[in-house]
Amino acid sequence: MKTFKGRVVSPGRAVAKALVSHGGLNTLASFQKALQFGDKKATCGDQNNPDLYGKQMAGRALCLPGTIGSTTGGLVLYCACAMRRQPACMLFSEPIDSLAAAGAILADVWLEDVSMPVIDSLGQEFLDYVKDGMTIAMREDGTVLVKE
Amino acid sequence: MQLNQELQEVMEGKKGETLKKVLHTMMRYGELFGADAMVPITSRYNHLVTSFGLKALTPVYDLLDQLIAEGAVSRQKFTMDPRPLDPDVPSSFLQNIVFQKFMYSKQESYEKQLKKLGLLDQDAFTCTCYLDEVGNVPKPGEILSWSESSAVVYANSVLGARCNRNSGILDLMGSVLGYVPRFGLLTDEGRKADWIIEIRTSKKPEAQLLGSAVGKKVMEEVPYLVGLDRWLGTLDEDAKTYLKDFGAATASNGAVGLYHVEGITPEAAQQGRGLIREGAKTYVIDDAELERVYRSYPVIWKKKDAKPKLCFMGCPHMSLKQLTDWTEKVEKGLAENGHKKVTVPTVFTAAPGVIKEFQKTEYASRLKKTGIILSYICPLMYMNNPLSTSMPVITSSNKLRTYTSARYYTDEEILAQITGGEAK
Repeated sequence: MKTFKGRVVSPGRAVAKALVSHGGLNTLASFQKALQFGDKKATCGDQNNPDLYGKQMAGRALCLPGTIGSTTGGLVLYCACAMRRQPACMLFSEPIDSLAAAGAILADVWLEDVSMPVIDSLGQEFLDYVKDGMTIAMREDGTVLVKE
Repeated sequence: MQLNQELQEVMEGKKGETLKKVLHTMMRYGELFGADAMVPITSRYNHLVTSFGLKALTPVYDLLDQLIAEGAVSRQKFTMDPRPLDPDVPSSFLQNIVFQKFMYSKQESYEKQLKKLGLLDQDAFTCTCYLDEVGNVPKPGEILSWSESSAVVYANSVLGARCNRNSGILDLMGSVLGYVPRFGLLTDEGRKADWIIEIRTSKKPEAQLLGSAVGKKVMEEVPYLVGLDRWLGTLDEDAKTYLKDFGAATASNGAVGLYHVEGITPEAAQQGRGLIREGAKTYVIDDAELERVYRSYPVIWKKKDAKPKLCFMGCPHMSLKQLTDWTEKVEKGLAENGHKKVTVPTVFTAAPGVIKEFQKTEYASRLKKTGIILSYICPLMYMNNPLSTSMPVITSSNKLRTYTSARYYTDEEILAQITGGEAK
């Protein structure tokens, strides 16, 4: 087990299996089909992301460097949360980008009874260490425990 | 973050709970990025990214209803990204059902919401709002609350305005409040370059390919391009069109919000290499590197050698100059290959304002004769469903390639394919 510490973007606790993207998450490309066609698992539809393509994102601890692509990204994340198809938490190795931040804040401020805790600045070592399927436990103070 | 008297009153709830929540959202957004203040938006118009009444975005429309009910509407008029549907664009019976009954069933009600919120007019739907024919052209130094990645990168880089890569909804919330948090690309420090991109190609690089290479390398950082001025000359209409397509590719293949081109873009022309941060990284782009990037694109068509069923040009929307240039190129290509009409159904997309101007020229009837359809549609929205995904669609847009199953070809290759020439 290894412990990492980051900055709390959106507070909360979560325990979930890790899903790891080593490249930036293209939010629109990843979520759009799932939201549009009622895929409750939120299967990643981004052909350009070999780490995530075809994998379930809903309920996973999504570990990533940042998000990229269309500026609809924030509202897509907001909708994923509103439709209960969001990751259990999002864990960024780098400081969060403006689009992911928008999604996390909108969900936190405007939605009731929905949780998608977010931590950023966990460092490259976190992303190098964590692998798909590892168990992640995140705490409200920004601590992330990774179990093999 | 210190607030002025006006925003202090909003924070105290004197202007209603919804506006207070909007301010709270914008402040949390700014605080994450070290914003020191909320600053007034100074542009005449806003530009919003979410132009589609997609059923999947129902939670967004619920939120907008909440804003409208509380009178929390935009303080400036705004343009929007392109509409997702156009009856002139070829689609099958099944596609029409999917588009109208399932995907964009909220379009009509959403446009009614937009009118209440501050939509400029019925022709305001385009991703190239910054073109003269559309008229949402910010001045250098103006503070914006725009979204749409390709428009933000153009406004920052080519026009010298100041705007962060805002997300949908936050773009609107900025103009509901009249203020945005000051950080990132709104500051002098945030506009400095983290990368030097040396262009060493043997010919003018394909804008969409170069943008893709730069975006994939620098991601959200600011590049300073050296050696591109050799190919662009001055910031004339051709160069602006080139930079429109280049920027869209940097923003979609990466997350670039601002680039500088030495000797061309306004800040680079004024400040030169003083814009480059100490310790900036270097990325050299030559012919081999562009070829490597091109070959790295996955082809996700079921049948890789399928004959294209549709070609989309204009993501972002084409400029007036592109429409006239392409009319000539297509005519010439058809004549050389012994055809009268394009051999692949082809759609050129442009802003309603640009289309109106184009229709006044002799080129409009000439383009029509080639069989090409001219539309205001958003190709990306057309493509984002399983029926369109299974269609072999070609494009020279790197943005469309990134978000959909459309296959990328260079302009020259597209021209050959649609005019019946030899496809590579």
